[in-house]
Amino acid sequence: MILDSKIPEGALAEKWDKHKFNVKLVNPANKRKYDIIVVGTGLAGASAAATLGELGYNVKAFCFQDSPRRAHSIAAQGGINAAKNYQNDGDSIFRLFYDTIKGGDYRAREANVYRLAQVSVNIIDQCVAQGVPFAREYGGLLANRSFGGAQVSRTFYARGQTGQQLLLGAYSALNRQIAYGKVKMYPRTEMLDLVMVDGKARGIVVRNLITGKIESHSAHAVVLATGGYGNVFFLSTNAMGSNATAAWRAHKKGALFANPCFTQIHPTCIPVSGEYQSKLTLMSESLRNDGRVWVPKTVEIAQRLRKGEITVNDIKEEDRDYYLERKYPAFGNLVPRDVASRNAKLMCDEGRGVGASGLAVYLDFADAIRREGQPAIAAKYGNLFDMYAKITDENPYEKPMRIYPAVHYTMGGLWVDYNLMTNIPGLYATGECNFSDHGANRLGASALMQGLADGYFVIPYTIGDYLAQTPYDKVSTDHPAFKEAEQNVKATTDRLLSIKGNRTVDDFHKALGLLMWDYCGMARNAEGLQFAKQEIRKLRDEFWQNVKVTGVNEELNQTLEKAHRVADFLELGELMVDDALNRNESCGGHFREEYQTPENEALRDDENYAYVAAWEFTGVGNEPILHKEELKFENVKLTQRSYK
Amino acid sequence: MAGSNPNAKPMDLTLKIWRQKDRNTAGQLVTYTLKNISPDMSFLEMLDVLNEELLVRGEEPVAFDHDCREGICGMCSLFINGRAHGPERGTTTCQLHMRHFNHGDTITIEPWRAAAFPVHKDLIVDRSAFDRIQQAGGYVSVNTGGVPDANEIPIPKTIADKAFDAATCIGCGACVAACKNASAMLFVSAKVSQLAMLPQGKVEAKTRVENMVAQMDVEGFGACSNTGACAAECPVGISLDNIAMLNREYLGAKASSENV
Repeated sequence: MILDSKIPEGALAEKWDKHKFNVKLVNPANKRKYDIIVVGTGLAGASAAATLGELGYNVKAFCFQDSPRRAHSIAAQGGINAAKNYQNDGDSIFRLFYDTIKGGDYRAREANVYRLAQVSVNIIDQCVAQGVPFAREYGGLLANRSFGGAQVSRTFYARGQTGQQLLLGAYSALNRQIAYGKVKMYPRTEMLDLVMVDGKARGIVVRNLITGKIESHSAHAVVLATGGYGNVFFLSTNAMGSNATAAWRAHKKGALFANPCFTQIHPTCIPVSGEYQSKLTLMSESLRNDGRVWVPKTVEIAQRLRKGEITVNDIKEEDRDYYLERKYPAFGNLVPRDVASRNAKLMCDEGRGVGASGLAVYLDFADAIRREGQPAIAAKYGNLFDMYAKITDENPYEKPMRIYPAVHYTMGGLWVDYNLMTNIPGLYATGECNFSDHGANRLGASALMQGLADGYFVIPYTIGDYLAQTPYDKVSTDHPAFKEAEQNVKATTDRLLSIKGNRTVDDFHKALGLLMWDYCGMARNAEGLQFAKQEIRKLRDEFWQNVKVTGVNEELNQTLEKAHRVADFLELGELMVDDALNRNESCGGHFREEYQTPENEALRDDENYAYVAAWEFTGVGNEPILHKEELKFENVKLTQRSYK
Repeated sequence: MAGSNPNAKPMDLTLKIWRQKDRNTAGQLVTYTLKNISPDMSFLEMLDVLNEELLVRGEEPVAFDHDCREGICGMCSLFINGRAHGPERGTTTCQLHMRHFNHGDTITIEPWRAAAFPVHKDLIVDRSAFDRIQQAGGYVSVNTGGVPDANEIPIPKTIADKAFDAATCIGCGACVAACKNASAMLFVSAKVSQLAMLPQGKVEAKTRVENMVAQMDVEGFGACSNTGACAAECPVGISLDNIAMLNREYLGAKASSENV
């Protein structure tokens, strides 16, 4: 198999415009002859479904939640980047492109990232036109802030609820198309298989989560906008229902899965408080604009603190180590997420962590409150401080927050070409579901940008190019390919229900999550990864012997829903380990302990690993086949990332 | 580790939970007991513990809606001791922690009760009526592309902030559950006033309010009698001012409407 990224010829800045001219168009009167399935209604899915409906295609949209408005994009807090340069501080499309490529540790495609930076400006216009209430200055124009390691202020935001406001904007556009009859919405419906006819994606098999009915839907193209796979770790900032099942089952039908080991561990989350913990809560990265990160200077002070012999306010200024400011004077507390997370781990590994478990560092606002006053800080971060207080029962205006890194975002995903099409003709992947734009590390406020870029401004063009070359003929859901896929889904469901073992789905999921966190988390090494691979296989074998799923298929059965998802996580986890083992370098969120500089920074190997690792499925328990897409850098010079 | 109260001790609880097989079967309260619940657990984590125990015993776990567990997605929806989202003000069920309960407490947990929100199973209700109301007009009619530059529409900060306050509605349905009439006025008014305040939304303000109110009535929500229970129980603090604004918008629209 040869991976063709289909990057257009020409100068970087002209590729997208030329490509838009060169793609084939579908006549407006013919668009209604094409059916498109969109799975997932977060930013990437809702924006795509709405826009494709506006263009005149017949769209069917699916989500597992009770309403499209619940998709987990809603929880994004900090903001969305755009190269508007409204602040006159030196931003440009090229700078946003450059920052994103560099922030991704040079493991993303130049052409995709440049296009992302180009359309970023259109996104803000679109959202404002929809009535998204972004933060504004007193003059009535839009406000910006600097965010997550950027040295320009290019982040647009809506208090700490940017994702919510953007998603409700996309949801409103989607609702308009539902009202017009151009989009048919299927909530509480989960995709459980991809259907291919003559080598092309032609539909999906879904389970109605209320009745349990297995149903088929046929179309001319399928768009997966199903988000990331962070919940493989059990504990993450993802929503409880976020899952990899749609993407993974497409992978099992032949779609390549790229860079699965690239996972982002977000530095500022509320630490784990007990074994019952079900999810982790993010505290927006914007807090690092004003909060200072520190731990006690010595292990001895940290120990006394953990034992409760002293409190945080007893620690003198000279006994505090503001380690990010010390190690990275140029960026200080605003270093990118991977650097901030790894340093928090280093401090805790040294024994200088705080909190009863020692797995936390401080994020301190005392200086900011002294400088600007409590009302100013409350105006900026009030809702985040309230959320922190609700969860921990501590007042962050009086005591520094305790934070620790947590799994947040997955840069890996289904391999796609420049058109966002996977290697399966007619199957597209957008948003977090694909691997394309963030390389080995995503910058803050870039996920919302990518989701909306893909859905509003990329796929509406590229899918037309494919459909223009596709006959109008519809495939009936009576086709043997649909019947076979339905039978497979029913067989898997029956098998899960018939095991009647002794161990719950959550118990397996937690065990998998612990393995992934310990051996394929913030730091990895070959020995640990090999161990994890064997343990995951054992756990998977046990799952299929001993899992306990109650109830029947023909009802609302949340245990069965979870069992399907965890069955897939148990396979995906092994592929993440394989990918981490293969990549004998450190880059971005992938830190292999064997490959680091004397200062403990990630040590890339551009000569041997400047490629996208796209994996082909060969059967459960079989070794996957690696396909390499070499990354060519013609517009940026590969350097060691330095934030000193 | 979390929690400022080091003396907080694990608690034992009695739960009375609404169990209902499906939409067409009558339901009932069933009593369960739980031991050693940590005060730092969230309310939903307490239900997770119960469900794990039920599973191990071979009983069917309690079905409840939840997703983000950060108080923003609006999916969680429990009626706890007669209060939507429980006893704490400004809090969704997922952000409610067990430290607000006491050892030995009996906690009653029911689904949202409203004719327009039929029960799917146990504590899960059908809130698709909310989506249909939004489909009736909760948008600005712009297609993707061809819109002006974002800064060509200046909006006074005070207006933008007010519109934001209305836009924070999470669509959970607590307002309906809290209302003795099961009215959806607070939910509908939040979207109507957000868009009526903004220049982008003013163009269609009249048809929007008419259509959304008409759909609200079709769905079978009750009338608003201004008791204010909705705003008191709203987890994100949507203000009653929005209802006043909806009424004003509605009267204005009807005064010049072709749909009288």
